[in-house]
Amino acid sequence: MKRYAIVGATSAIAEHCARIWLTKEDLDLTLVARNKERAESVVQDLRVRSPGSVIRIIEGDLVTPSSIEDIVREICQAGDVDCVLIAHGSLPDQEACQNDLARSANELSVNGISPALFAEAFANKMSISGRGQIGIIGSVAGDRGRKSNYIYGAAKGLLTRYAQGLQHRFAGTDVVITLVKPGPTQTPMTAHLSDEGPKMADVTAVAQTIVNGMAKERPVVYAPGKWLIIMMIIRHLPRFIFNRMDI
Amino acid sequence: MKLRSWGRLSEEEHPYIPLSRASSLHIEHPDKKILAHGMGRSYGDVCLNPVGNLLFTRDLDRFLSFNPVSGELVCEAGVLLGDIQRIFAPKGWMLPVTPGTQYVTMAGALANDVHGKNHHSQGCFSSHVNWLKLERTDGELITCSPSEKSGWFEATAGGLGLTGVIKQLSINLKPIESSWLDTETLFFSNLSEFFQLSEESEANWEYTVSWIDCSSNKHKRGIFIRANHSEIPGETLPAGRKLGIPFVPPFSLVNGLSVSAFNQAYFYAHKTKRGMNKSHYQSYFYPLDGILNWNRMYGPRGFYQYQLVIPRQAGQPAIDAVLDEISTSGQGSFLSVLKTFGNKPSPGLLSFPLEGVTLALDFPNRGKKTSQLFDRLDAIVKEAKGRLYPAKDARMPEDLFTNGYPNLSQFTAYRDPGISSGLSRRLMGW
Repeated sequence: MKRYAIVGATSAIAEHCARIWLTKEDLDLTLVARNKERAESVVQDLRVRSPGSVIRIIEGDLVTPSSIEDIVREICQAGDVDCVLIAHGSLPDQEACQNDLARSANELSVNGISPALFAEAFANKMSISGRGQIGIIGSVAGDRGRKSNYIYGAAKGLLTRYAQGLQHRFAGTDVVITLVKPGPTQTPMTAHLSDEGPKMADVTAVAQTIVNGMAKERPVVYAPGKWLIIMMIIRHLPRFIFNRMDI
Repeated sequence: MKLRSWGRLSEEEHPYIPLSRASSLHIEHPDKKILAHGMGRSYGDVCLNPVGNLLFTRDLDRFLSFNPVSGELVCEAGVLLGDIQRIFAPKGWMLPVTPGTQYVTMAGALANDVHGKNHHSQGCFSSHVNWLKLERTDGELITCSPSEKSGWFEATAGGLGLTGVIKQLSINLKPIESSWLDTETLFFSNLSEFFQLSEESEANWEYTVSWIDCSSNKHKRGIFIRANHSEIPGETLPAGRKLGIPFVPPFSLVNGLSVSAFNQAYFYAHKTKRGMNKSHYQSYFYPLDGILNWNRMYGPRGFYQYQLVIPRQAGQPAIDAVLDEISTSGQGSFLSVLKTFGNKPSPGLLSFPLEGVTLALDFPNRGKKTSQLFDRLDAIVKEAKGRLYPAKDARMPEDLFTNGYPNLSQFTAYRDPGISSGLSRRLMGW
């Protein structure tokens, strides 16, 4: 059985990726969660979908470096991991962050530093075994900073550079790094953005795009794919135009 | 957000409020009346709430447990029928009852107490539900079943979402040997032959359905398809590309000319398939799911579906009269679906099926011309002591509803004062 791990068990995107993976084959799957109780119903669901799979939860602090190290060590102790999806995060309230540095620091840490440290810890293990795949969920928000969510964007932008670095480091080896950039997706994380719901992408479709992109070992996956074009335009807009936009 | 139901007859503003596992109805929505909304696949206003709030249940899409010995599946409200078929058919299990589309939620199927091509052998959807969990807008949580708090169960199965919000349910899946069905296609050239075929088939065939050509009043011909689950495991079906109708044409593609041409072509196409065949469950149960957004073909004004049931004794003459009325009006619909319902009692107070015969017809919305035709059809249905299916309805007169559903007053006692829908305001006053 292949060994998979997902960091951020209650992330809707990760949950839907897990559903797709488990319908294809039975897996040994470890879910890392901040709160075991909340992850329990995700596991219940996955077990119904794939009774032949072995699924467990590891509860832990996802921010402290020593805790991250412990979690990854525990996962890798039982054997080499074939595939990791690092999916945890939160969508902060930009204005609240601007008025509260501690809050900003926390959001930068949860959405940027913590996923990077998880990737680093898994990458180190994979460099020893010489194989494996790491999917990191970034965001289109990391492609260009904008006033309405630059704290989140900065953290996700960190992951872009970080993934590039890892890809450079493992070029030519069997360790594959995929950076995933979802556009706005209809998930509980975005539920408060009411009325925007139907304009956002369906989480099952986003998960399918991610699973396909990772299977093809793409370095960068935009999900849905149209965001590749949209963000190419946004990134190349001259500053005097961009700064006039209310986005 | 602007929202339409499947018939595309109206487009009204509804706030987008996803229902989450944690949300508590009575704290979060004190101001306006609410209504739970799944996939919006019902045709009229039973799933709409234009002056109130709609709570979208699609995020509640987890399974809770499955018992591989008994087949009992427990799931949340927003799980799609299609998800269950896709995941469980390869494991040898299938929904015991399914309507003609798999793009509906489990709670939606229960709230409308849907039926399928096997009504004569399996009854309605709710006949297979073990229990359900209901949340009321005052915060009360009710778990009910056909034996415990059965009043709540009977009101909620087929209760059109008006007794509370269904959060979870338990259903018994049915064991199958194969994802394929052995089918037999037969022809009938008048209604007597149809009734005779139905009667002959009910004992030995789990599924029966027929398509009737109502574009001509000379001959009420049709195609009768009966099927049983195959005992030989077949191949898995390749995931083909779906056809779709990419935009709304400026006028209805369904008109007198296209209907008779289509019916003619469909009839002759099936002539070549006469006899025994094999069908995958996807194409047998869900022929229209293969065409995305097929409802768009009726153009910008949308369409009505008219589904009636007539009690057994009055069945044949009433169906005869309905078909005559339609062909005389020249508003014939595409293939119309005709099927007999068996004598399994429907658990719900407002469940649609009753022992007899049901006919479902699509009509492009041509305004007054269409509503006049409906008035004439209503008269036939009322005379025959039949009723119309609320899940398909956008226009039935109140008295047809009250006469057709004699348990209505008993049902009203179970309604949640914080819940209302377009349909409930139209037919029940609030």
